[in-house]
Amino acid sequence: MIHFVLLISRQGKVRLAKWYSTFSAKERSKVVRELSGTILSREPELCQFVHWRGFTVVYKKYAGLYVCMCVGQDDNELEIFDIIHRYVVLLDCYFGNVCELDLVFNFHKAYYILDELIVAGELQESSTRTVLQQIVAHDVMVAVAREEASTLNNIISQVTQY
Amino acid sequence: MNPFSSGTRLRDMIRAIRACKTAAEERAVVRKECAAIRAAISENDQDYRHRNIAKLMFIHMLGYPTHFGQMECLKLIASPGFPEKRIGYLGLMLLLDERQEVLMLVTNSIKQDLNHTNQYIVGLALCALGNIGSAEMARDLAPEVERLLQFRDPNIRKKAALCSIRIIKKVPDLVENFMNPAASLLKEKHHGVLLTGVQLCTDLCKISSEALEYFRKKCTDSLVKVLKDLVNSPYAPEYDISGITDPFLHIRLLRFLRILGQGDADASDSMNDILAQVATKTESNKNAGNAILYECVATIMSIEDNGGLRVLAINILGRFLSNRDNNIRYVALNMLMRAITVDSQAVQRHRATILECVKDSDASIRKRALELVYLLVNESNAKPLTKELIEYLEVSDPEFKGDLTAKICSIIEKFSPEKIWYIDNMLKVLSEAGNYVKDEVWHALIVVITNASNLHGYSVRSLYRAVQTTGDQETLLRVAVWCIGEYGDMLINSAGMLNIEEPITVTESDAVDVIETTIKRHSSDLTTRAMCLVALLKLSSRFPSCSQRINDIIVHYKGSLVLELQQRAIEFSSIVDRHQNIRSALVERMPVLDEATYSGRRAGSVSAVASTSQAATLNLPNGVAKTAAAPLVDLLDLSSDDVPAPSSSGGDFLQDLLGVDLAPASSQSGINQTQKSGNDVLLDLLSIGTPPAQSSTAIPEILSSNQDNKSPINILEQLSSPSAPSGHVSSPANSPMVDLLDGFAPKPQKPEDNGTAYPSITAFESSSLRVTFNFSKQPGNPQITLIDALFENKTSNSCTNFIFQAAVPKFLQLHLDPASSTTLPASGNGSITQKLRITNSQHGKKSLVMRIRIAYKKDDKDALEEGQISNFPRGL
Repeated sequence: MIHFVLLISRQGKVRLAKWYSTFSAKERSKVVRELSGTILSREPELCQFVHWRGFTVVYKKYAGLYVCMCVGQDDNELEIFDIIHRYVVLLDCYFGNVCELDLVFNFHKAYYILDELIVAGELQESSTRTVLQQIVAHDVMVAVAREEASTLNNIISQVTQY
Repeated sequence: MNPFSSGTRLRDMIRAIRACKTAAEERAVVRKECAAIRAAISENDQDYRHRNIAKLMFIHMLGYPTHFGQMECLKLIASPGFPEKRIGYLGLMLLLDERQEVLMLVTNSIKQDLNHTNQYIVGLALCALGNIGSAEMARDLAPEVERLLQFRDPNIRKKAALCSIRIIKKVPDLVENFMNPAASLLKEKHHGVLLTGVQLCTDLCKISSEALEYFRKKCTDSLVKVLKDLVNSPYAPEYDISGITDPFLHIRLLRFLRILGQGDADASDSMNDILAQVATKTESNKNAGNAILYECVATIMSIEDNGGLRVLAINILGRFLSNRDNNIRYVALNMLMRAITVDSQAVQRHRATILECVKDSDASIRKRALELVYLLVNESNAKPLTKELIEYLEVSDPEFKGDLTAKICSIIEKFSPEKIWYIDNMLKVLSEAGNYVKDEVWHALIVVITNASNLHGYSVRSLYRAVQTTGDQETLLRVAVWCIGEYGDMLINSAGMLNIEEPITVTESDAVDVIETTIKRHSSDLTTRAMCLVALLKLSSRFPSCSQRINDIIVHYKGSLVLELQQRAIEFSSIVDRHQNIRSALVERMPVLDEATYSGRRAGSVSAVASTSQAATLNLPNGVAKTAAAPLVDLLDLSSDDVPAPSSSGGDFLQDLLGVDLAPASSQSGINQTQKSGNDVLLDLLSIGTPPAQSSTAIPEILSSNQDNKSPINILEQLSSPSAPSGHVSSPANSPMVDLLDGFAPKPQKPEDNGTAYPSITAFESSSLRVTFNFSKQPGNPQITLIDALFENKTSNSCTNFIFQAAVPKFLQLHLDPASSTTLPASGNGSITQKLRITNSQHGKKSLVMRIRIAYKKDDKDALEEGQISNFPRGL
């Protein structure tokens, strides 16, 4: 299973951190510190696996962003590359040519997308289209709710006006 | 109303934080925002609640404390609208972890949401439960999740399946409830549901053997068919990754088959065909294909034996190993490591390629490959592999040398077929990377060398050559210095020459040169220098012609600021200078070090060196022993291996050294505190020069330090015979040790030398004893009075266990030196002397006064005599 997912910028800033195994707040910041140190300093031609406390951390670099996933010894490290890539493709489709700023300002959207791809540290869906459909459906529901709220407000304000 | 339209919007806050130039600025902005959010929370503001939580999440990601927002998440979750719930669940997953009690409060809301009519809200609840659910929540909500496994919408079913994984991991008792619904998921056509269903079944089987049996019987064949269909399925754009339909499903199916096939021949048999098909048909030019092949190899290696498939799998790994992609090579090494337990013969075939990986530029790969090579070594290939590794050691990165050296040494120790090979290769490692070699390794080397009596000459000559070529590896120098010290003569006269050796001409001064250079090296540490001194002492006896030169070197260290070196230098130079007669006996060759003892003592540290269980076995086929971890100390106290040596400080060496000739010498030194540690002996030795009259008592102290392990023969009865009453010891017949000491003790000063003379007094007299005090003063120190007490026995029976005790008032300070003996011979045939030093702080105002007590044993009866002395001469 995937124990955690981290998105780290080249400057070492955390853009997204999702924990599927239990880590206390202290451990979490320690993990981020240790891993960003090791991963950011690795040369690009080296293999993209880092051994870390009995886990393997698989990472892939997209422009200035490192996507890291931590898996156990029995997991298929090569498959993780495809999962990472799948996630990045989803972000790209959703935001349309995603850049780091999208993730900064819409970090919650990045989490929503991740939640549709991975639950409980396991891959949930192998189809890009299905994931995007789900996200769009969510967004539509939020938009409808807002619409309703604003019409309701309008009605109330009109009623109170007269 | 748009929640993001008034106040500070989330976007504005993020902008403000990003605009901060310093950490302090950022903290200020965050503090302000947090204050605003707290205020909103306390006002129970509803309109902006979800914006506040969104802000808190961002602040949380920056690493600031956000616990005060946790309850707000619960309120959002409890609110009816989807947008609020969505952000509330996200906040719950982000701001809380499983351990927090707040989680208990949310169980009820989740339960309601799991039964919600809106399937998206059900999805949110499942997702949160799957990601952070605790054991209590799992127990409470399991029935809902179980029901949702049959939900009409596949998106809910797949979430419920993954949620079930979390539940059964938290509460394994619930496994049986999920077995049937999970099995029905395997019949699904929807990829997402199938994917998660297979995953759920895999985890069920991992947790419960009952489930494993159930699925093995019921599903193996159908799963094989699913995989077959998938492999042969036509192009499906929705699931396609680089020409392969749904590699994720491939991998999960293969993994599930692995669990089912493990330990069951029938199940393994039924999947052979499809595994062979996957292994041969999958394209390996893209990552997805390689991932499937990798999983397939893992499955083939785990299921019951099928020779043909194994060959196929190992060949795939061989292809991986020669791949240019580092990632692929890395996983190949990983897999080979697992495969080695199954089929080490097949893995051996790739030895050459693996060895190449040890030399890779990527540190992770190097490390993996080295571990694998270490596992691959056996009796038959140890020689060539070691050769390769040592050759690589020359060019490897400095940061890799530590690991590499440890592994090479471990291989050499484990597999060496003969001692000469062991010694040769160890020397190579020491010359290449001696600074990375652990202490126990070179200790073991010395043990092996001492045990190989026919190789002594060869070893010392090889070491000499090695030091001539590379002189900067500390451990190499240590071993060389030790061997030259021990076997220096064999270096000169080429004794025990082997056929393979080239003749070498070394003069005595060449050998001393090596040690001199080593001891003068700036980087040599204490251990090395100390070993050099011992070696020099030994050489002074082996090479009499160089004796003077050696002494010059040793003398240089008499002034060393390091106690250990100073001590050795002083003792050794004295031995070289004056005691030729005992020197050769003192510096005889070390007895052969016992390998069995060593390997036993080292047992604890072996497993630390070797990382595999294979290596942890202690039966070294070649009898190569390993030393215990303690450094210098162990090496030095080797000489006392034949006698039980109770102490362990570095100074023991002295004790042992001196003990060589003094074996029968032992004594009780009266009321003196028994000196146990060798260091105290040193202190006493060094202090000889300062108080003028102590030299006689120092001898008994040295001697007494041996009492722990030697039979008690009372040499001091002779020492304290009337011919040598006190002060200086002149009888040459007593012991060579006495001479040893006079080398650096100043001439004992007689009381008469000290200006004012005081009359002697009879301090105490009874029917059986007489005590006489002789006084003296140090010039310029009127407060201090030195008293020589002389005890005589008036009766015809000798007294044993003689103890003299004294007490003085507070204005005086009394120091009692040890008595010269504890036995007082009868009828004035001998006496005991003891020195007292009294410091009178009220000198000139008050005179001395003393209370004494004398205890002894006469005719097997304890006797006690007491008295007060007040007849001290005035002015003391």
